[in-house]
Amino acid sequence: MVPLSAYVALSATLFATGLIGVLIRRNFIIVLMAVEIMLNAANINLVAFSHYLESMTGQIVALFVIAIAGGEAAVGLAIIIVVFRGKISTNVDEINLLKW
Amino acid sequence: MFDLLVILIPALPLTAVLLNGLLGTRYSHEFAHRLGWGSVAGSFLCSIVVFADTLKTGAVQEVTVYTWIFGGDLTINLAFLIDPLTCIMLLVVTGVGFLIHLYSVGYMHGERGFTRFFTYMNLFMVSMLLLVMGNNYLVLFIGWEGVGLCSYLLIGYYYDRVSAAKAATKAFVVNRIGDAGFLLAIFLVFVNFNTLDYTQVFAQAGKLSPEMATAIAICLLIGAIGKSAQIPLYTWLPDAMEGPTPVSALIHAATMVTAGVYMIVRNHVIYDMSPVAMTTVAWVGGLTALFAATIGLVQNDIKRVLAYSTVSQLGYMFLACGIGAYTAAIFHLMTHAFFKALLFLSAGSVIHALSGEQDIRNMGGLKAKLPWTHSLFLVGTLAIAGIFPLAGFWSKDEIMAHAFTHRYYALYAMAVLGAFLTSFYMFRLTYLTFYGQSRVDHHVAEHIHESPPVMTGPLVVLAVLSVIGGFPGVPPEEGWFHDFLRPAAAGAGEVHSAGLGLVVALMGAATVIALMGWGLAHYLYGIRPEAAQEWVAVAPHAYQTLLNKYYVDELYDLLVVEPTKRLGMVCDWFDRTVIDGIVLGVWRVTQSGSALSTGFEKYAIYGLINVAGYANHLAARSWRKLQSGMVHHYAAMIVAGLFILVHLILAWWTGSTVFGLALR
Repeated sequence: MVPLSAYVALSATLFATGLIGVLIRRNFIIVLMAVEIMLNAANINLVAFSHYLESMTGQIVALFVIAIAGGEAAVGLAIIIVVFRGKISTNVDEINLLKW
Repeated sequence: MFDLLVILIPALPLTAVLLNGLLGTRYSHEFAHRLGWGSVAGSFLCSIVVFADTLKTGAVQEVTVYTWIFGGDLTINLAFLIDPLTCIMLLVVTGVGFLIHLYSVGYMHGERGFTRFFTYMNLFMVSMLLLVMGNNYLVLFIGWEGVGLCSYLLIGYYYDRVSAAKAATKAFVVNRIGDAGFLLAIFLVFVNFNTLDYTQVFAQAGKLSPEMATAIAICLLIGAIGKSAQIPLYTWLPDAMEGPTPVSALIHAATMVTAGVYMIVRNHVIYDMSPVAMTTVAWVGGLTALFAATIGLVQNDIKRVLAYSTVSQLGYMFLACGIGAYTAAIFHLMTHAFFKALLFLSAGSVIHALSGEQDIRNMGGLKAKLPWTHSLFLVGTLAIAGIFPLAGFWSKDEIMAHAFTHRYYALYAMAVLGAFLTSFYMFRLTYLTFYGQSRVDHHVAEHIHESPPVMTGPLVVLAVLSVIGGFPGVPPEEGWFHDFLRPAAAGAGEVHSAGLGLVVALMGAATVIALMGWGLAHYLYGIRPEAAQEWVAVAPHAYQTLLNKYYVDELYDLLVVEPTKRLGMVCDWFDRTVIDGIVLGVWRVTQSGSALSTGFEKYAIYGLINVAGYANHLAARSWRKLQSGMVHHYAAMIVAGLFILVHLILAWWTGSTVFGLALR
C-alpha cells in the first residue's frame, strides 16, 4: 500500500518539473510538453485523492482534464505550425509582437 | 395529365416572361422572339387539347394550383375553371395571340427593345389567360389588373415619345375608374356570399335581393365599361393607338378590351336577376355602338378609324349581353377577334410599307403595290361590314335579330344604323387607302414594299378565319357554337324563336344595310371623290364636331382633369407653405438646440474627458513596460501571482501572519 503522501510528492515533483520547463525552455514544443506534464501532475493528484477519499468525482474530473489537454495540444500545435510557417522558428523569444 | 395541361397554358408564357425579362439581354433577338411566340404556340396546343376534352366530356372542371389565401372563413385558391366559355376564350386568346406574336416578329424587326416587346406581350398573355381561366373573382381581378398593366406598358412602348407616354397614362388612369367599380363589386360579392368562387356564388345567387343584385351588376358593369371602352370611359382606346400596331391588334382589339364582355357573360346569373342592370348594359352598348361609329366616319388616321370601330363593335357585344343574348355576344367577340385582328395587322402592313405613315389622306392607290395586303384588308372589311357569308355577318345579324325578335325595337334601330355606318366607314377606309389616285409622298413611295411572309402568313390565316369563322354559329341561335356554349352562357328569360321567314327577312335587311353603306362609300370615294367635300361643305359644324370626337376629350378635360389639376395645385400650395413651414420650423428649433449642446459638449464635456484621458495616459506610461511580448515573462508573472495567492490563502486558513499582519 503506497501512502498518499508518496503520490502527492510525485505530483508535486512533476508539477515543479513542468513549471520550470515552461519558465526556462525556449522551444515552443518543449513548452507545450511541459504544460502537458503540469496537467498530468494535477491528474495524479486528483486520482490519488479520489482513491483516498473513496469518491469518484476526482477521477471523472481527471478524465475531463485529459480531454481538455488533448484539445489544448491540438490548438497549441496548430498555432506552432502557423507561426513556424511565418517565422521558420519555434523559439518563443522571437514571438514577441504583442507588446506595447 | 389534364390538370398539367391546364396549368401549362399560363405557365408557358410565364416562363418566357421570366427568361426574356431577366436574361433577355444575355442572348440574341433571334432566341428571344422564338421563346416569345413558341411559348404562346405551346399554350395554344394545350388549349386545343383542353377544348377537345371539354367537347368530348362536356364536363365543367376545376383545377386547383394551390391555396393562395387562407384565413378564417376566407379561402381563395389559385384555381382554374374550365367550362365551354373558358374554352372558347382560351382558343381565341391563344390562337389569335399566337398569330399576332408571329406577325410581330416581322413587324417589330429591328426595333429598339425587341426583347422587351416580347416580354410584355407574353406577360399580357399570362394575365389574359389568368383572367379567362380563373375560377374566382380574385384571380379574375389579378388578370384584369395584369392586362391593364401590360396595356399601359405597351401603349407606352415608345416611351421617349411624349404622346405615347401620355396615352399610356390616360389609359391607365381611365381604367382605374372602372377598376374601382369592379373592386366594389368584388367586395359586395364577398359580403353577400362569404366566398369568391364562381360556382358557389352562382349556386347561391338566388338568395340575393333584387337591389343587391342590381348593385353588384352595376359595379361590375362600371369595371367592364372601363376595360371595354364603353361610354363614358371609351376615350382611352383611340389614344391607345400610340402603341405598336400588333399591340393594337392583340390588346386593343382582339382580346383585352373584350374582357368586359367576358366578365358580364361570366356573371350572367347575377345580371339575369336585375332587369335594371340589363337595360343599362343594353343601352350603354347600343349608344356606344352608334356614337363611336359616327366618330369613325370622319377620322383620318387609319388606326383611329379601326379603334373607333372596335369601340363600336364592343358596343354591339354589350348590347347583346344587355338583351340576354350572351351566346351571341361571345360569338361576336370571337368573330370580331378574327376580323379586327386581321384589319389591324393589315393596317400595320400598310403602315410598315409606308415607313410609318398613318394618315389616310396620304395614302390611296396602294392596291397595285400591296396586292396581298389589299386583298386581306378587303376580306376584313367585308367581314366587319357584315357581307354574306363572312364571319361578321352571322354574329352581327344574330345580335340584331335577337333584339328584333325580343321586341327591343329602339335598340334594333340603333344597331341597324350602326351597321350601316360601320359598313360605310370601313369601305371609306378601304377606298381611301387602296383605290383612287396615289397621294403618297414621293419620297415614301419609292420605298413601298409588300410585307415579308412572316407577316402575311398570319394575315392569311386570320383572313380564312374571318371568312369561315361564322359557320359554327349557323343556323342562328341553334348552331354548334350555341349548343356548346349553352351550359355556360344560356340566358334566363323567355326565348322567342323566330320563324324561318323572319330570320331570312332580317338577314336580308342586314345585308341590304351593309350594301347600302358600301354603295355610299363607293359613290363618295370611288365614283365622285369631290362629292365628299361637297357634303362636308353642307354641314361644316357637324363635320367639325365629328372630327373632334364630339369634343368629349375637351369636356372631360374641363370637367375632370382641370379641376383635379387645380386640386393638385391647392394641395401643392398647402404642402409648400403649411407642411413645409412646420418642417422648417422644427428644423430651426432643432438647429438652435443642437448649436447650444454643441458648445457645451465642445468645451465642458471634452475638457473633462481630456483631463481624465491625460491622467490615465500618465499612469499607464510607467506600467506599459510590463507588456514585453515575451511569453516567459507572462508565465513568470502568473507563477508569482499564484504563489502569492496560495500563500495568502494558506495564511488565511492557518491564521498565521503575513509580513506581521494578521489576516483575520
